[in-house]
Amino acid sequence: MFDVSVRKPGVGKISIPHYPIDMVAANERAASFTTRSIKASSKLDALYCAIEMVDLTTLEGMDTPGKVRQLCGKAINPVPPAIQDKMRSFEKFRPIPKVAAVCVYPNMVPYAAEALDGSGIQLASVATAFPAGQLPIDIKVSDVKRAVKFGATEIDMVIDRGAFLEGKFQKVFDEIIKVKEACGDAHLKVILETGELKTYDNVRLASWLAMEAGADFIKTSTGKVSPAATMPVTYVMLQAIQDYYEMTGKMIGMKPAGGIKTSKQAIHYLCMVNETLGQDWLNPEMFRFGASSLLNDLLKQIFKQVTGRYYYDDIFSMD
Amino acid sequence: MTKKKTKTKTKSKTKKTFKFEYDAAPESFKVEIEEKYYNFIGGEFVKPKSGKYFDTVNPATGKVLSKIALSNEQDVDAAVKAAKKAFEGEWSNLSGLERGKYLFRIARIIQERSRELAVLETLDGGKPIKESRDVDLPLVAQHFFYNAGWADKLEYVMPGKEVAPIGVCGQIIPWNFPLLMLAWKIAPALAAGNTVVLKPAEQTSLTALRFADICYEAGLPAGVVNIVTGAGETGAALVEHKDVNKIAFTGSTDIGKLIAKNAGKTKKKLTMELGGKSANIVFADAAIDQAVEGIVSGIFFNQGHVCCAGSRLLVEESIKDVVIKKLKKRMKQIRVGDPLDKNTDLGAINSKDQLKKIKDLVKQGQKEGGEFWQVESELPPRGNFFAPCFFVDQSASSTISREEVFGPVLSISTFRTPDEAITKANDTNYGLAAGIWSEKVSKVHEVASKLKAGVIWANTYNKFDAASPFGGFKESGYGREGGRHGLLPYLEVK
Repeated sequence: MFDVSVRKPGVGKISIPHYPIDMVAANERAASFTTRSIKASSKLDALYCAIEMVDLTTLEGMDTPGKVRQLCGKAINPVPPAIQDKMRSFEKFRPIPKVAAVCVYPNMVPYAAEALDGSGIQLASVATAFPAGQLPIDIKVSDVKRAVKFGATEIDMVIDRGAFLEGKFQKVFDEIIKVKEACGDAHLKVILETGELKTYDNVRLASWLAMEAGADFIKTSTGKVSPAATMPVTYVMLQAIQDYYEMTGKMIGMKPAGGIKTSKQAIHYLCMVNETLGQDWLNPEMFRFGASSLLNDLLKQIFKQVTGRYYYDDIFSMD
Repeated sequence: MTKKKTKTKTKSKTKKTFKFEYDAAPESFKVEIEEKYYNFIGGEFVKPKSGKYFDTVNPATGKVLSKIALSNEQDVDAAVKAAKKAFEGEWSNLSGLERGKYLFRIARIIQERSRELAVLETLDGGKPIKESRDVDLPLVAQHFFYNAGWADKLEYVMPGKEVAPIGVCGQIIPWNFPLLMLAWKIAPALAAGNTVVLKPAEQTSLTALRFADICYEAGLPAGVVNIVTGAGETGAALVEHKDVNKIAFTGSTDIGKLIAKNAGKTKKKLTMELGGKSANIVFADAAIDQAVEGIVSGIFFNQGHVCCAGSRLLVEESIKDVVIKKLKKRMKQIRVGDPLDKNTDLGAINSKDQLKKIKDLVKQGQKEGGEFWQVESELPPRGNFFAPCFFVDQSASSTISREEVFGPVLSISTFRTPDEAITKANDTNYGLAAGIWSEKVSKVHEVASKLKAGVIWANTYNKFDAASPFGGFKESGYGREGGRHGLLPYLEVK
């Protein structure tokens, strides 16, 4: 495999390593994290931490301002306050934190911005012709600028997978750079859509391209393509982040998205982050879960840890 | 409206993070261990005629688990007689189909009782429960299933030829994979129509004795499988017994040579699966992160108590630094401790003697120079533990480069060209296994064809399968175990 050469504005030609990944061994290593067992106290901390890492997401054609407001409410108060008050009598209970961010389509940004105002919750907007990314770059840039203007503090962009698979790496690279510029102060998460890149070699290459082009986070999936996030694909990306950090000193964040539905899965992911990148990445600044149904399962498990019994789903609000 | 974030993060600037602690997750299954164990001869547990017993110890705690019969010549003789009687009678009258049914039955019982057997294996031998549960036991069952299928198809082992069983087979197995080595030996022997007398290693007799129980449960005719426990003298008695037609041995090359010498005075056939100093060759065009995984599983699997362990890492000079850096980082994640803890990656060294041997060799290695690096693990206060370590750039003649340490000790050296890698890999008196790491398939085939080793893994290491023959070149032994080839040493060809 040949390294990929791209031109970077102000820098000149840079080389993106085309780094081989052995699929079988990567799968095995990723699976090994699922057999770890963590201390009960650590587990509770991990569950609380996972809540703070959630990018609570709704990305449907049927999204409405009403639906988005509902979701923002859930983001601010993951547990109905009345239930939270009842829990305070339990020694191990700590107030349930807010989630990291709400993630919506550009059209929904103004409503989400209003609903989240003053909450401290980040507002992420998918942009750049999400989920396919098959529109001209100027439209993608204006998509981003508009979202930022209306209050998005984080932009989840998609890369042009068609261009990537065609070998037009410069195009992919340039688009990320332009989107990054358009972001201004907003954080940029670059979605690779690993389910379409297929091979781990591609995932690794795309991760490096994104990091070199200025991604603050790299993210697995849109959630619109199956498979979305998997342990092995996340593992490959975490290792790319580790190597990039070793080389440049820059810490890039990671966001697996789609398919993480249970606390058990979330903890497996955290074990994997712990053993590949270490504790410095175990916080919402550096690691996020793109998920929606995960939140209620985290709550359920926290309640179980705190009270010793399981709560039925209905006591937690939907959305 | 929301907080502003720093643009470029460095480690010092990160905010709160929580400490991730793994919990002791002890396997909860309780196995019953009797105070004393007798030999299994002629379908019954019988007291040793020697009247003597020895202790079997949990290497993770130093606690005595049970007392095991120390068998003498008379005990061995009784076992051989029982095996001979079964061979000349009931067992040889059965069709291959019927023999196969017994093996299938044994395989299924092993699966049903696998948790019990895994826990017992870990208690007695010190290997992590993760490995006994996920590697040893599934393979044990697989060997019985695989060979069961051969029992009624023996004419296809040597198409066009008639085959016949050899008779009474004496089998002597080591302590590193007690039940798996038993399966490698007993399953093909029985499929081929032989009867056996098996002697487990004195450090790890418990699962073999539990296997006796399984034979009984499966209704296997009396005398087809006999198990006599003991140490070197017991094994010697088996090797010298006139009615034993074959000896299959797995263990150290030194003992193997002694057995070969003694057996040479008799009519016995021999197969030997002996030591190794296997090379794990990492080329610059390898998938490095996965190669590092392969280096780790190659040498630290089962505490390095593996005859085919990838104990000599040969890494292409241009990637030496990055490989060592990544290896160190990965090795720090290895959890050394209680073998019964499901989080443990590296369990207890099998015995005090073995621990001493490892420590002595490492000391010797340190005297001989080169860089030495060992993970700073917190080791349990009791029991036999040794943190994973490696030596870099020792000469090819150094002790660690040549001697089989049989512990979590890796020797790292470099090469510049594929030819040099091949020369270095073959520069050993052993030839059991080798690993090649490269994404370039033509190179993998080229190198593999020139390596003098019985098992060659490409882009993986320590993968086993009942259908695949296993055995070595040079002083790593002769004969193969597993696959069709594994049946040949248990058959006469007419």
